[in-house]
Parts: sequence; structure tokens; C-alpha cells
Amino acid sequence: MRSPLGRARGLGSAREGVESWWLERVMAVALVPLTLWFAASLIALGRSDYATFIAWLKTPLAALLMVLLLIALFTHLALGLRVVIEDYVHSGAKIPALLAARFACFALGIAGILATLRIVLGD
Amino acid sequence: MSKSSARPLSPHLQIYRPQLTSVLSFAHRLTGVTLGIYAIALVAWLMAAAAGSQPYSIVQNFMQSLFGQVLLVGGIFCFFLHLCGGIRHLLWDTGRGFELRAIYASGWIVVAASTLLTVAAWIVSSILAR
Repeated sequence: MRSPLGRARGLGSAREGVESWWLERVMAVALVPLTLWFAASLIALGRSDYATFIAWLKTPLAALLMVLLLIALFTHLALGLRVVIEDYVHSGAKIPALLAARFACFALGIAGILATLRIVLGD
Repeated sequence: MSKSSARPLSPHLQIYRPQLTSVLSFAHRLTGVTLGIYAIALVAWLMAAAAGSQPYSIVQNFMQSLFGQVLLVGGIFCFFLHLCGGIRHLLWDTGRGFELRAIYASGWIVVAASTLLTVAAWIVSSILAR
């Protein structure tokens, strides 16, 4: 993401911050349609029972969009939380907080995808 | 140097007047972190559904309780505020909309749009629930 001139001069803060900044925006753009689809689905599902919900998530489109939503959501959340922690936490808790946020986002994203797959591949 | 000298601090919080710009900036971060907590609920909901109809109905009953409904409306408002604010941020990332007039105009649009969208979502879901 850096220009050759910027690289040669060695200017810039951490020299590779642009990638995470850019990734947060890429995921933000992806989340616009994905979250709108999810909100619309929640409203449409309303108070439907278990069987209706499972049948909905088992459709190929819903399953695909749910997995994509979980990936984009937790990537965006991890990057956003990192910025917030870096801005406000200056004590010794900074590194543990950064690690906890990152591990939690990774674990929750995988847990959500596994749960979706269990539903999709289940009877 | 003495640290106890009573020199004025800036911003002076007792006489600090919040502006739309700073309030929305902080609201964007606050709703982002809040939506992170809702993301945990999303995963819990999926895991409950994967575990079977009994755990799923516990979550469903909670969401239909008064407290659950308040949480849902709050979450929807946080979502729309963060979504509209996020689109405003993406517009800024293209280098546009930094004139003071444009910043205030887009700020009020974000407030109005997220409020209207929350009300619209509530009305549509109420009609569908009948």
C-alpha cells in the first residue's frame, strides 16, 4: 500500500500500519450489505420457531452469507477494538487487553462458523 | 516544577460544550464496542441453535421478553448509528466532505437516518409479528 518514494524515505509511523487500516475499511464495505441482509432476515424471521430458523439457515445463500458475515464482523471488530485499546489504555494492561481482544474475536468468529456448519450439515 | 499550580486545563470539563462532531465521533466508537457485545450474543444464538431446539427456545424466549425487546431495539439503534456513521467515515476516507458545513450536514443526516431506520425497523417487525 506504500508508495516507492515513501518506502525509500522511510517515512510514516510504523511502516506497515496502512494494511490494517485498509483491511478495516474493506471489511466495513463488506459489512454494509451483509449486516443489512442479517437485519432484514431477523425482522423477516420474527418469532418463528426452531424448525423455520434451521430451514432458513440451511439454504445455501443464508449459510454462505452467515459465514461471510461472521468473518467480516469479527475481523472488523478485532481491528476496531485494537484502535480503541491503543488510544485509551496506556497502562501495563495495554498488551494483555490487545491480546485478549484479538483472541476473543478469533475464537468467537470460529465458534460462530462452526455452529453455522453444524446446523447446515446436521439432519 | 510544581505540579500543584492551579493552571487552567484544556478542555475545561465544567464549561465544555459538546459539539455534534465530537459527540458523533465518540458515539461511533461507543456503538462499535457495544456492537461487539452484540456479536457475542449472535455467536451464542448460533451455538444455542446448533445445540438443539431446547437451548434455542431459551434464547428465543429471552429475546421475546420485555428486557430482550429493549436490548434488541437498543442494538438496532447502535447498528444503524454505526452503519450511517461508518458510511460517513468511508466518504471522508475518499477525501470528501471535510468543509465545516458538510461535516455538520452529514452529522445531522446520520442522526436523522439512524433514528428513522430504527423506527422503520420497529414498525415493519411489529406489522410482521401480527
